[in-house]
Amino acid sequence: MDNTFFETKNLHRFFGGLHAVNNVSVKVPQGQIKAVIGPNGAGKTTFFNLIAGTLWPQEGEILFRGKKITAQKPHVVAGLGIARTFQTTRLFGQMTILENIMVGRHLRMRSGFLACMLNLPQTWSQDRESKARALAILRDFGLLECAHETASNLPFGRQRLVEIARSLATEPALLLLDEPAAGLNIYETKELAELILKIRDQGITCLVVEHDMSLVMNISDEVIVLDQGVKIAEGPPRTIQRDPEVIRIYLGDDHAQNIES
Amino acid sequence: MDYPQIVQYCFAGITVGSIYAIVGIGFNIIYNTTGIINFAQGEFLIVGAMTAISFSQFFPLPVAIGMAILITILLGGLVEITFIRQVRNASILRLIIITIGISILIREAMLHIWDEKVRFLPYFTGTDTSTVTVLGAHISPQVLWVLGVCAVIVLGLTLFFKYTLTGRAMRACADDRMAARLCGINDRWMVTLSFMLSAGIGAIAGCIISPIAQTQYDMGAPLAIKGFTAAILGGLGNSMAAVAAGLFLGLMEAFMVSQFDVAYKEAVSIVILLLILVFRPSGIFGRHEINVLRTM
Repeated sequence: MDNTFFETKNLHRFFGGLHAVNNVSVKVPQGQIKAVIGPNGAGKTTFFNLIAGTLWPQEGEILFRGKKITAQKPHVVAGLGIARTFQTTRLFGQMTILENIMVGRHLRMRSGFLACMLNLPQTWSQDRESKARALAILRDFGLLECAHETASNLPFGRQRLVEIARSLATEPALLLLDEPAAGLNIYETKELAELILKIRDQGITCLVVEHDMSLVMNISDEVIVLDQGVKIAEGPPRTIQRDPEVIRIYLGDDHAQNIES
Repeated sequence: MDYPQIVQYCFAGITVGSIYAIVGIGFNIIYNTTGIINFAQGEFLIVGAMTAISFSQFFPLPVAIGMAILITILLGGLVEITFIRQVRNASILRLIIITIGISILIREAMLHIWDEKVRFLPYFTGTDTSTVTVLGAHISPQVLWVLGVCAVIVLGLTLFFKYTLTGRAMRACADDRMAARLCGINDRWMVTLSFMLSAGIGAIAGCIISPIAQTQYDMGAPLAIKGFTAAILGGLGNSMAAVAAGLFLGLMEAFMVSQFDVAYKEAVSIVILLLILVFRPSGIFGRHEINVLRTM
């Protein structure tokens, strides 16, 4: 049996005539931070959507812990241990921060609706436990003081943190972060880098789509470069930085030739 | 009008008003999870009441009502699974029109099962002549049943949505369906559940009002219009506001009857509905974004 932690094999996804993801095969070993970079429209977010089950690939396979998870519904994928965040944060705006995290805990608290209604003492004790776990997560993130604030009232940087906290509450083994640094200032980005490293140290594998190159180069173990749906390079950050093909798509042909010569 | 008379009208208004409120909440529960206005909501009340009336000939009243509620809940789930769920990539408007179709279907089915005779459940306590004196007004004990049960429903739903896992999951679905799915919530099941919940509280409302208002197969639509008015008046999606709006509507109707001809009673809610739709579509308590919320 292939024991690669996470793997995609020859993924294809078309939007009409646009080949948004073209034959992308990627392997992610457990405990790594892998970054996915590429110019706008390279198919990075589509690639994430295919993994999370919000879009289904027309061809190809996705394997997670040796199991085929291709074309599964998002809540099933989440149940298997893959969580994601969004480029633009998608919190439950009308709910408090604490409630947002507790919804994240939903998966790990299996009790049916009837059990919920009929067995009140158990429901309550479960709810207390869930609340305690959620508060612990908030403490880790330094968000304890705003636990009872409504999510939509929080400043943007904080909302981003809450979203990461919520995805961690689902107890994932693989975390997909879609441009986590977008809209953050320099200090917030620095904190974010530390946070992602901390998450990795807890044993959670991270796949990060990111435009902020300094962040990518600082934290990732390996980098994948996508351009127009095609994987054009893969390797450690240092190698990627010198790759002429990567330089060409980012900076244009002239620069690539200058560097080569 | 002397004082006891005012109290009398107040009670009459609050009684029908709380039924409108419950119907309004039924609209809101389904609207929140799906964006659909379920025009079969009124039919749920009548199905609940009619089933209870039939069962009450064989079983004691509480058992009959319990079974009727259960059957209506199953009907609600069935409606969602067989109709709403099967329509792929449907626009909200199409789904709303489908619910109108469902309401006609249920109404005609009821005509065949129970014919057009007016029926009613027995009074829960006492008879139709027994009264309780409150603040100088003489009211039927059933009125107290209506008020009590409605209060319990509102309180129960509030606790359910705030403190239970499933309740929070339903709110999460209402807020951002995709994000909820990625948190591992099975959103399809939440939609089915919202139909079952709406059907269930509809059945309860149908049963408690039946001894006073009586029940006929085609009474669902007018009730749905009143409940819809309450939901719109409060601002779609806001259940607490629907309660306030329902009570206001009931009181308006009651005092309208006291001052003018009974014939104008129905006009009240229609006029309010039109005024609200024209001048303040987001409701008196509504936020503006509620209209934007459901565009996804």
